[in-house]
Amino acid sequence: MRLAPFRILLGLFCLLVAVWLVMPTLVIIPMSFNEKKSLAFPPSGFSWQWYENFFTNPDWLTSFFNSLRVAGLVAVAATLIGTLAALGLSRMKHSGAGLLRAILITPMIVPGVVLAIGIYAVYLDYHLVGTTTGFVIAHTMLAIPFVIIAVSASLEVFDVRLETAAASLGADRFTAFRTVTLPLIAPGILSGLLFAFVTSFDEIIIALFITSPYLKTLPVQIFTSITRDADPTVTAVGTIIFIATTLVISAGLIISSKSTRG
Amino acid sequence: MAASNSKERGAAIDIKAATKRYGKFTALDDVSLHIEPGEFMTLLGPSGSGKTTTLNVVAGFTDLTSGDLAVGGKSIVALPAHKRNIGVVFQHYALFPHMTVGKNVAYPLALRGMDKQARDRHVARALDMVKMADFAHRYPAELSGGQQQRVALARAIVFDPPLLLMDEPLGALDKKLREWLQLEIKRIHRELGTTFVYVTHDQEEALVLSDRIAVFNQGRIEQVGTGRQLYDEPATLFVAKFIGESTSLRGDAQTSGGETSLTIAGQKVVAGGKLASGQKPVVLLRPEKLSLARTNTPPAAGQNSLTGHVSEAIYLGSGSKYQVTLGDGSVAIVRATLEATPFSIGDRVDLRWSVVDAKLLADDDRADMTMT
Repeated sequence: MRLAPFRILLGLFCLLVAVWLVMPTLVIIPMSFNEKKSLAFPPSGFSWQWYENFFTNPDWLTSFFNSLRVAGLVAVAATLIGTLAALGLSRMKHSGAGLLRAILITPMIVPGVVLAIGIYAVYLDYHLVGTTTGFVIAHTMLAIPFVIIAVSASLEVFDVRLETAAASLGADRFTAFRTVTLPLIAPGILSGLLFAFVTSFDEIIIALFITSPYLKTLPVQIFTSITRDADPTVTAVGTIIFIATTLVISAGLIISSKSTRG
Repeated sequence: MAASNSKERGAAIDIKAATKRYGKFTALDDVSLHIEPGEFMTLLGPSGSGKTTTLNVVAGFTDLTSGDLAVGGKSIVALPAHKRNIGVVFQHYALFPHMTVGKNVAYPLALRGMDKQARDRHVARALDMVKMADFAHRYPAELSGGQQQRVALARAIVFDPPLLLMDEPLGALDKKLREWLQLEIKRIHRELGTTFVYVTHDQEEALVLSDRIAVFNQGRIEQVGTGRQLYDEPATLFVAKFIGESTSLRGDAQTSGGETSLTIAGQKVVAGGKLASGQKPVVLLRPEKLSLARTNTPPAAGQNSLTGHVSEAIYLGSGSKYQVTLGDGSVAIVRATLEATPFSIGDRVDLRWSVVDAKLLADDDRADMTMT
């Protein structure tokens, strides 16, 4: 009982931190229904006009589909490469495996701006600025580490001896992989795929460097729109992306937690 | 399954001069072994003795450094594991967790392109044989260890392989279940007529199951024989100590004629036969060949006698077991029948045995390191 005041203080502090963490996200939801063309908070009135604008304005729709296309291609490429890399790393017996894994994870650690400068410099020479190929290559590099981590977690709980058992029953290496390994690590691959998609879909730093008037992704469109004219459409877009990514990431987390439980 | 065709279902195995080296370590050192069609052969030995390496070589999981391996008269050294058509049962079950019991057992049949109807028939028969027919729709995680191992056994025999390999299949199970499954495995071997090669470090299990046992030690086979041969006529001290209980006596040796005599703490005992020169003799005695007598009674003709005192007396129901500490400090293990005179701890006794029941073997310090 003597501890009660302390406990109340602790509770308040936790609440404060929680509010601090989710506030920026939650602020955009009421703002997206603002009646006036203003980003002032709190908003006034209620209207769907900014959602309407998003779905009718070709600038917004084009950039949305650009992002969807890039992220879709990145998800497939990064999942393929990352899964193979994770498999290779898990079968490596010598000490080089740890070093190689560290190298493959670096895009996650290196500051985005640094990567962006490097990528921009190279892309200028190879005319990749403002191209889908350019976006896919850059984003795939960023997404591969997420796939490697997700698939490696699955492989860690996968019993390699099952492949030996499959061989004794008549399965060649590819058949054993297809019928035994793949179904058992599928949850890890799927969650890697989702993380790869999201990584590309909301990437902004590199995208700002390599964008062009002909190819803008959604985050770039949001950024230019909010800096040029205070268009509240960004809050409607933000709300849509927030809800969509929350769903996707939750799905990913649920899937990967199921896989580690075996 | 008729008994007449049962021999044809099993294949003969010939391991010829098999050697496996890992860098400087020799896991298998020039091992040769012939296994008859339909035989139940157990590879017995302590861990690291080469028994599991031998099994992995036959299964195709490990390549030989040199030597040959034939199943049914044909060399299979060059064949990868998935083309060998050999059933394998693992200690860790290795059931596929994402498939039901039925799917697990059907797996090797599906790989062989068998149609659904025939597959179902074979799966039902195999599950029937291991008494798991009611579990076809369960997943492995829903089964106990013993049940999982029975499913693994069904999966390994469902495609009628001429040879079944088992790598300590009961190692992870408790004693009671293990004893019951041993009898089940014996029954299945009898019904199938397939050649079984069974790896274990448990000598009792080897005696219960096997037609013949190959005793492994340090990458070599010490002796191959029936359980009775290994127990009664061990070729080496290692085999003698690994199979069953025994007492080994050492002392100053003298040979005269066809006999060797040992002087132990001032008392002399004799054993038939003699060893090659340079070998240090050990007299090996099995517990049931020994008897205890009061020190004031004279030994019968042809009996050896050593004086000691009882250091442990255990009543076992079917008889008694004694430990007798001898004059040189060594300890003898004696099994006495219910009819024999009982002794208690501290009693001075004479340890007696017939000269013909003693086995003369060459001493070997490797033999002592293997007791588990």
